[in-house]
Amino acid sequence: MLIHEYQARDLFREYGIPVTEGKVFESLEGVEEYATELGQCVVKAQVHAGGRGKGGGVKFAPTVEKAIEHATNILGMQLITHQTTAEGCKVNKIMLVPGLDIAKEYYLALTIDRATQCPFIIASTEGGMDIEEVAESTPEKIAKIKVDPSAGCWAYHGRKVADALGFEGKQARIVANIAQNLYKMFMEKDCSIVEINPLVVTEDDQIYAIDGKVNFDSNSLYRQKDIVELRDPLEEEPLEVEASEHDLAYIKLDGNVACMVNGAGLAMATMDMIQISGGSPANFLDVGGTATPARVEQAFRILLKDPNVEGILINVFGGIVRCDLVAEGVIEAVKNIGNIEQPIVIRLSGTNSAEGKKLLAESGMTFETADSLNEAAAKIVAAVKK
Amino acid sequence: MAILVTEKTRVVVQGITGSQGAFHTGLMKEYMDNFVVAGVTPGKGGQDLDGTPVYNSVAEAVKEQQVNTSVIFVPPPFAADAILEAVDAELDLVICITEGIPVLDMMKVKHAMKDSKTRLIGPNCPGVITPGIGKIGIMPADIHMPGKIGIISRSGTLTYEAVDQITKAGLGESTCVGIGGDPINGTQHLDVVKMFAEDPQTEGIVLIGEIGGDAEEQAALWIKENYNKPVVGFIAGLTAPPGKRMGHAGAIVGGGDRTGAEKVQYLKDCGIKMVQSPSDIGEAMKSFFS
Repeated sequence: MLIHEYQARDLFREYGIPVTEGKVFESLEGVEEYATELGQCVVKAQVHAGGRGKGGGVKFAPTVEKAIEHATNILGMQLITHQTTAEGCKVNKIMLVPGLDIAKEYYLALTIDRATQCPFIIASTEGGMDIEEVAESTPEKIAKIKVDPSAGCWAYHGRKVADALGFEGKQARIVANIAQNLYKMFMEKDCSIVEINPLVVTEDDQIYAIDGKVNFDSNSLYRQKDIVELRDPLEEEPLEVEASEHDLAYIKLDGNVACMVNGAGLAMATMDMIQISGGSPANFLDVGGTATPARVEQAFRILLKDPNVEGILINVFGGIVRCDLVAEGVIEAVKNIGNIEQPIVIRLSGTNSAEGKKLLAESGMTFETADSLNEAAAKIVAAVKK
Repeated sequence: MAILVTEKTRVVVQGITGSQGAFHTGLMKEYMDNFVVAGVTPGKGGQDLDGTPVYNSVAEAVKEQQVNTSVIFVPPPFAADAILEAVDAELDLVICITEGIPVLDMMKVKHAMKDSKTRLIGPNCPGVITPGIGKIGIMPADIHMPGKIGIISRSGTLTYEAVDQITKAGLGESTCVGIGGDPINGTQHLDVVKMFAEDPQTEGIVLIGEIGGDAEEQAALWIKENYNKPVVGFIAGLTAPPGKRMGHAGAIVGGGDRTGAEKVQYLKDCGIKMVQSPSDIGEAMKSFFS
């Protein structure tokens, strides 16, 4: 689960990581007053997507007039970045922060390395840049400091970070402290990634975390009630929000062939086969191990809300889930929803698949069935192209 | 011979009185009598679940029923605790079915297990079955047939798909191992490949992976250098957009990993016969044995 920059800054503050002051606005009311108070300032769009600066969502304002102008333009704009869709995302909130005189920018992050299964602190002198590009072109400029989770993050880890970034004296102690506090926050709040980019030193030798990106492990949200409060549904795909309320794992994609599958691996394989057969998957949807009629119907309703969907492929390998129950669910759902114009191809295999197919055939509805995934994918792609 | 699940396996079900635990205990016993010999639910010791004695702790189950393997069905908030209890009781094998365990919990568990003798399979996995010997997990039993192909997979239903075809191809399975879809899991593809390589019953391997991480590549490199029996591979998620989580927390493309297509090519270069669709796994393996 992602949060906004301003929320990340609040967390940083809570953990003793220095941030500048700042205020969030959902309208222009109060912007002039606060900009006057700050003098020169920066207006920043508050959206979850990265790459805001390049998309025009972050603007420096040397005067109050400029601040109001930028705020007017950014609030409500469709911000397009490399992480958004082609239409971009709507900016509902902006933040005003002081415009600092920056001497140098750094990068500091924490995440779990899959190979060693340990947390790593990642530090670089190349702050403010796309860190993946830095890793690609100048890997020697990135320091990776491993932390043993059973022992925790000690003072020397912090000193290693400060060393790697070339800090000395008092500043080294401040940066070492920031690294340790970042680790504390990561572990206590069940983060999956915490990133400060950039961490800056100002002309008058102050250190601040200027921008923060924090992502949380969704498996842990049950024990992070205060983090769940930070969720912003406006930033999430509405259909994905609706699906998660019904405990369905759904991700919206850009294609036109919807699919409903049991199991995440098989769902990914089904999307792949739609693509290989010449179609384009409209979504990922795992109905899970308990594909009851009610869940199947809910899944159908969500799939059909996507206006791009021109055909639906259902692929179920019955295990503990019985195919006859899935078939019943599909028939019920189609009856209850009514008027589904898109072609539906159903592939049932495994437990009670013969009974399931019989139910579908006797339903009087126009389903196409298939025995293998290859056949099912070919049939739905052909049906959509008609 | 097979691997992991053998005639010597004695199973305890942790979380046996929960709905999932009770349901699947029934199915496991139906598949093989006298295979599940105990259950554990703290505070419910002394009960009897359809003939299976329930104990308060894994240690008690070890003492009373000489269990050496556990299967875990407890909910995510308590699953890490259940794994650690089984490790503490020095079981040989712990299979954790539970999906949705916090990543940081699993990280702590892995580090706590460093010097233990216990092998962990999962979490977020369908379990392990040696057809004809015993089933530990939630897979549908009737698609399996005793035979010579070892199957390793991160995914449940995709494994069933492969098993179904291997059975229909007349080859049968030695052991099927679901290692689970989480980013931090107990056993990797490579560990299982090495076990299959030492098993005389296993004459070929099906390796099913996903995008993200490099566990499949590590297994493939070892296969290239050490294993000369047939291996068929499939990687799911080639069309998944970068940075999106596809239900399996492990399947995220990002942060320096190979893309799906690069992963497939790497496995091919290691001599693995890669198939484009899971529907082709059976035929591909059969072609080696005709």
